[in-house]
Parts: sequence; structure tokens; C-alpha cells
Amino acid sequence: MFDELTQKLDKVFRRLRGMGILSETNIHNALRDVRRVLLESDVNLKVARDFLARVQERAVGQEVIGSVSPAQQVIKIIFDEMVELLGGESARLLVSPRPPTVYMVVGLQGSGKTTFCAKLGLHLKTKGRRPLLVAADLQRPAAQEQLEILAESIGVTVFREKANRAPDACEAAMDYARRNSLDPVIIDTAGRLHIDQVLMAELEEIQQRLSPAEILFVADSMTGQDAVNSAKAFYDKLQFSGAILTKLDGDARGGAALSIRAVTQQPIKFISTGEKLDALEVFHPSRMASRILGKGDVVSLVEKAQEAIDQEEAEKLEQKLRKREFDFEDFLSQLRQLKKMGPLAGMLEMIPGMAGRLKDVKVDEGALRRIEAIILSMTLEERRNPKVLNGSRRRRIARGSGTRVQDINRLVEQYQQMRRMLKNFKGGGPGMLRRMMKAP
Amino acid sequence: MGIFSRIKKGFSKTREALSEKMGAVFKPGRKIDDELLAELEEVLLSSDVGWETTDELLSRLKDAAKEDRGKTEPEELMRQVIASLLGEAEAATEPADNNEKPRVILVVGVNGTGKTTTIGKLAHYYRQQNKNVMLVAGDTFRAAAIEQLKIWAERTGCQMVSSMHGADAAAVVYDGFESAINRGMDYLIADTAGRLHTKSNLMKELEKVARVLKKKRETAPHEVLLVLDATTGQNGLVQAKEFTRAIPITGLVLTKIDGTAKGGILLSISRTLNVPVKFVGFGEGLDDLAVFDADTFAAGLLGDKETLESS
Repeated sequence: MFDELTQKLDKVFRRLRGMGILSETNIHNALRDVRRVLLESDVNLKVARDFLARVQERAVGQEVIGSVSPAQQVIKIIFDEMVELLGGESARLLVSPRPPTVYMVVGLQGSGKTTFCAKLGLHLKTKGRRPLLVAADLQRPAAQEQLEILAESIGVTVFREKANRAPDACEAAMDYARRNSLDPVIIDTAGRLHIDQVLMAELEEIQQRLSPAEILFVADSMTGQDAVNSAKAFYDKLQFSGAILTKLDGDARGGAALSIRAVTQQPIKFISTGEKLDALEVFHPSRMASRILGKGDVVSLVEKAQEAIDQEEAEKLEQKLRKREFDFEDFLSQLRQLKKMGPLAGMLEMIPGMAGRLKDVKVDEGALRRIEAIILSMTLEERRNPKVLNGSRRRRIARGSGTRVQDINRLVEQYQQMRRMLKNFKGGGPGMLRRMMKAP
Repeated sequence: MGIFSRIKKGFSKTREALSEKMGAVFKPGRKIDDELLAELEEVLLSSDVGWETTDELLSRLKDAAKEDRGKTEPEELMRQVIASLLGEAEAATEPADNNEKPRVILVVGVNGTGKTTTIGKLAHYYRQQNKNVMLVAGDTFRAAAIEQLKIWAERTGCQMVSSMHGADAAAVVYDGFESAINRGMDYLIADTAGRLHTKSNLMKELEKVARVLKKKRETAPHEVLLVLDATTGQNGLVQAKEFTRAIPITGLVLTKIDGTAKGGILLSISRTLNVPVKFVGFGEGLDDLAVFDADTFAAGLLGDKETLESS
């Protein structure tokens, strides 16, 4: 699927290679194919549309970089944007200030709530907690027995009472947890359709009576377009604080993850990846994004694209250096590159002939941000032709970047020192700088 | 309550959700043009029909419209197109020999689609027809699956054969088959463990179940029903394909259609695999199962109130 997508995009962009910028028309055409892929992965139609509008916005006007195909360039934007939408970082479970912490597990029938409860119980037990599993599914035949058997197999206490109403059973479970100092309390509720008013009201009652630290919405990764409707309905009623995606050991792409995230803004906290009770993993947005887009190796492809983009910039810089055109713009872009690559001092030391000659150009990581701010406060003319930097300009730049005039003076001095150095520094042959930057 | 009025009940939510959209697409007096097709495409895609089948349906609609020369309302044409696509699958499957007793129905599917609940309803359905039904607890994997089936057996007054948790599923089903033959049952309905179609060892287990049944009688299992959750997206087609590779599916059961999901993926499945939809499930009660009817489904998908109310 992903290879197919890459090929399709390559076709769309072929004429573009090596010239011009990504235009609205050709990106639009390309994104139509991407939309198909997203729909095949069960991303909701509307969510996909909004998502691609954002991608388009970011992509239009970007310069086409010669050494990376425009298709790869666009895919990188799609990937980055998707990771961001999926939540960037992995989220953690919340804990109540007053124990026991309650985790309430809700969802549609057959999404995998009971199994997830047991998995969560085991997960917390291995972290040294003493969880209590509460069998509050009084609807499905033998649901309580199921939780009981699972709890027994992992050595976690289970609370089960022949109550008539789930909220009463939950309250009794809380007493039990307090008496036996069990914490946290994990509540397995009955599966229900989001349009079932009576059962949804029951969940609300449990929420009000127990004030859970987290309400976790369990969703089947095979869910299609309807994921937005059920997630939204559950969210509107309960404001759940996190989602769980189950059955990811199958081959469903899991576009539902994107849909759920988009309509509720709540993080996906765990994914469930197998029948064994230890098959629970923390959610990783980037892995999910590559899954939705097609294959596992999309990440490496994206990395390759990034590397190519970096190389491209390095090559440009190298050419400028040869022509002695090195200005603050280049300085800025080089700083940013270096920032990505780790400690700056180490980098500079690696430049042949420069070791030990840059004592005055000591730049710590924190100063990088300041330098960036200073350069960003310069006009384009000032960046390209630093000779114009007179006193009044320097004062303005200092004010704009929140620094002092001395800082500006020092930076200009460093820049000039660097230029002088580069004049003396000849060669290494073509690609020298690129190779240098590729070194760790 | 008749079968159709029960389907109607099941589809009512779907209808409410969709009829608004469809109503907008098929406003009276509209012609089948690019604009209408684009809107229709949207409705179908957001019902999980999937790209390929949506393209197919739209091109069939265009052809039908050309031939029809504006005599029929676009909405009615679309309904016909959907129903005919579903009907083709039905026509392609030969009805199995009905006289043999017991008829063995094997119920399969991925985890959490509602296999056990469907078996309870199926048992009730046949019990209503005064048939002798036996259940066999072939799900020996999931905790308390046997207990769950047992409760359904008690509710429906069926006999049940089971073994212990962790026992060999094929052996249990085989025992059930023998016992059903000996006791002159009309139907034997076998539960199986939910399994993701990507787990090859579990799919092999299913092959084995079919093999041991065949050892007893070449004609068994007479029916293999794949239970599919109506909320399932495009993976439903992959599931159906993979299950068919392990064990030929004779019919689909679409469950949980009382939610807002439309179950559009079954159009893709019956188109690609020529497997008819046999039943639909819509609730947790014994009666919440109905024989699938292509016209009613198409009407439900399109929000056609007249067909639904007259049936």
C-alpha cells in the first residue's frame, strides 16, 4: 500500500523534480491519493479531509529539493503532521491525590474491555501496586466469571457482588478497596451502544459517585467510519480522559486512532497487542502514524528523506563557503542543523584544521537559542550583508531579541572570525562538508 | 413481531442517521449528475462501503441511469443497484441439502464480534420453529466462554455439549456432532473462539475443526457463518478473505446494527467473495436477530421509509 502510494505520488510530482516549488494544484492532486489511503485505513472521511487541508497548508510553497523526491518530501510532511495530531508524546496514567485511584473502563460491546482491565491490573501489579478489579458488567452473561478467572490467573483481587445495579456494586467495591487497602480500583463496565440512553446514564452515575481519576474508552482498532460517532458520544457524556486501542495484533491499519484523537482531543494511552495478559503497550504516536500510512518502514523512509534534506542544505552551504558568501542566513541554518546533531563543540572540533582554533567561538546549547533569536530579529538585508550593522541597528536587534547590544557585538565578532577562518580553510574536496555533518 | 418489522426496528437508527444525508442527496427532481455522484460517494464512503465498491456502485448507477432514461427516480435506481449487488452473492450460493439431520452450523469470527450472543439468538430462532437444537462449546480458550454459552442454552432450552477450558476445540465439536447425531437433533450450532485472522495457528485450528466434522460426514459443516461487527471498517474484507481461506464461509451475520454504524463493508464482502448475508443482529434480547433481506437493507442504507414501512 505504502509503496503504491509512493509510486503514485512520484508520478504526480515527476515533472516537478528539481524545479520550482510545491504548488497548490500538484499538491492537491497528490493528496487525493493520500485521501484514498487514509480511507482504506479507516480514517474518518471528515477527519481525513481536515487533516489533508492542514498538510496542504504546510506543503504549499515549499521549495522542491533536488535530491529528495517531492513525493518523499510531501510524505514527510504528512507523517510529521499525523504524529502531531496523534498526540506527539506518549501519555501517562493519572493518579488521584486521595487513594484509591479509580480507573473506569468503558466502551462498546466486544471492544475488549474485560481483557484490557485484566491487562491493566497486571501492568499495575508489576509496578508494585495492589489493584482491585471490579466486575461491574452485570449485562453480558458470564462477564463477571470471565473477569474473575482472568484476575485469578494474574493473582489480582477481584470484587464481584450480586448487585442489581452496577453503580451500587461499584460503591461496595470502593468500601472493599479501602478496607483492604487496595489501590487502584479498576472498574469493568458493561459494553453498551452510545445511543443507549439508559445505559449511558448508568455510566454517568458511576462517574458521579466514584469520581474516577481516569475514564478510559476502549476502542477496537478494526472500527471503521463510525469510530467518530461512538467516541464523540462517549466523550460528550463522560469526558473520558484517555483511549485504549485493542486488537492491534491483527492487520487493521487503525485509522480509528486518528479519528478518536481528532474528535475528542484525548490521548491514546495504551495499545493492546495480543491475547496474553502482558500484551499491553504504551502508545507511540509515530508507530501508529506509520501503521496508518501503510508499512513499518515508513519511518526509515521519512528518516531518509530528512537526511536527504539535511544533505541538500549542507551542499548549498558548502557551495556558498567556496564562493565566500557565507552570511547570517547560512549561519542560522547551520546552527539549526547542528542543534539537531548534538553538542556543537564536538561538531566544530571535527572540522579539519579547526580543532583548537575556535576557542573564542564557544557556544553552549542554551546560547544557540539566543543566537537564533538575534538572527531572527535582523532584517533580511542585515542577515545577507552584515556590514550594514551599525549602532542603531544593533540596538534595535537587541531589543527585538531580548538580548543586550554586547551580545550582538559578540555574535558579529564570532561571525567575522568564522569568515576569516573559512578564508584560510581550503578544500577537503567536494562533499567534504556533507560528510562532516553526517559524522555523529 | 414479524421478521421485517424487527429488521425495521434494527435499522431504524441507521435510517435516522442516514436518511437525512440521503434525503439531501436525493431531493425530488434531482438528476444523476457529477454533483449528485460526488455527494453519494461521500455517503457511501462514510458508511464503510470502501473505495472500490463505492466506485463500482456509482458506475453501475450511471449505467442504470443511461439505460433508464430518467423514468425512475435516482433514489429508487440506487436502491436497486445496491440490492442487486447483494442479490448476486445470494444467487451464487447454492442452498445446501436441507433434509440431512443434524445440520451443523459453525460460527466463526474475530474477537468481540458477538459470536456467542448470535448463537443464543440463532438457537432461539430455530427453537421457535420447534426444532431440536444442540449447542457445542467450541470456544475453549476465552475465560468463561463456556459459562456464557451455557446461560444461552438454558435460556433457549437447548442441550449443550462442552468440555473443559483449554480442551482441544476440534475434539469438543466432534463430540458434539456425535452426540447430536445420536440424539436426533435438527441443528448443531458450534461456538468457536474468537481469533484474529492473522494468527495462522488459530486459523489452522479452525481448519482442523472442519476436517474432523467432515470425517464424520462429508457434508458437514453445512453452514459456516462469519460473524461481523457492523462497526468494522475496511479490515472486514480482509477478515472475510482470510477466514474463507481456512474454511469456506457460507454466510455472514452482521451484528450490532442498532448502533449508528451502517455495516457498509458487507457490500464489499459480498461483492468480492460472493458470500451472502444471512442474518442481522441488533440487541441483546433473544428476538434481536432477523433473516437478512437485501431489499430491506438497501432501503435502510438509503433511508427509504416506504419500503421499510410496507414490509
